[in-house]
Amino acid sequence: MIDILLLLIIVACAIFALFMKDLLSATIILGVYSFIMATIFTRLNAVDVAFTEASVGAGITSVLMIAALSRTKRYEYHYTKGQRKKPSALFSKIMSLVLVIVTGAVLVYGTLDMPEFGDPEAPTNQHVSPRYIEETHHDTGINNMVTAVLASYRGYDTLGETTVIFTAGTAVILLLRRKKKV
Amino acid sequence: MFDIASIVVTFAIMLTLYRAIKGPTVYDRVLAANAIGTKAVVILVLIGFAYGRPHFLDLAVVYTLINFIATIAFLKYREMGRLD
Repeated sequence: MIDILLLLIIVACAIFALFMKDLLSATIILGVYSFIMATIFTRLNAVDVAFTEASVGAGITSVLMIAALSRTKRYEYHYTKGQRKKPSALFSKIMSLVLVIVTGAVLVYGTLDMPEFGDPEAPTNQHVSPRYIEETHHDTGINNMVTAVLASYRGYDTLGETTVIFTAGTAVILLLRRKKKV
Repeated sequence: MFDIASIVVTFAIMLTLYRAIKGPTVYDRVLAANAIGTKAVVILVLIGFAYGRPHFLDLAVVYTLINFIATIAFLKYREMGRLD
């Protein structure tokens, strides 16, 4: 029940964020979206994912988007009626609609033969997971399995990710720094 | 018990979401977004107790800390016109 309500809120957020002409409002509504999404992840018992979603989605992304808006324009470009009725504009609109519908249909088609949600017989729960569940504590001595996979089994991978994020952060700071008046 | 409470809070989120979508000014939206963040924290706590995992409370505290980062960025942008 509560899952359905939360998912409805998510859909409403996404749709209305699209229709906002004021990009600042759209950013704020996307922040709401991230917070509700984090709640849904918590409902699914994925606390780590929920935490990342809340800090990155609702926190950092909003700040970065506002920073981008402060360097560009706050409102969407407003097309005049003449521009909107041009054949080329109409054509690109129809093409993008077709593209979106086809992509969505392919994605839905891809989910059709997936196993039931939480099915213990599903291949993902058969192959690798049992080994992690049984051996993690013996291998690494870490109680939390997700932490063990991230920080021990995939330690080098996480190191690489951290390097990438550090580089990206440095680049953003360089781009956003205040220019000295000459 | 916890389920009913979380459903009620979800309805409260929906009411607040109306204000976030309808506006009319961007300040209404910021206030609504902040309120929704707070209610999400409440839902988180309720879920934690419903699952019998009270250490979700720690998470809820951190959520509350994250909640106003975007608000601060927004207010700084409105006051100075830039973020740096």
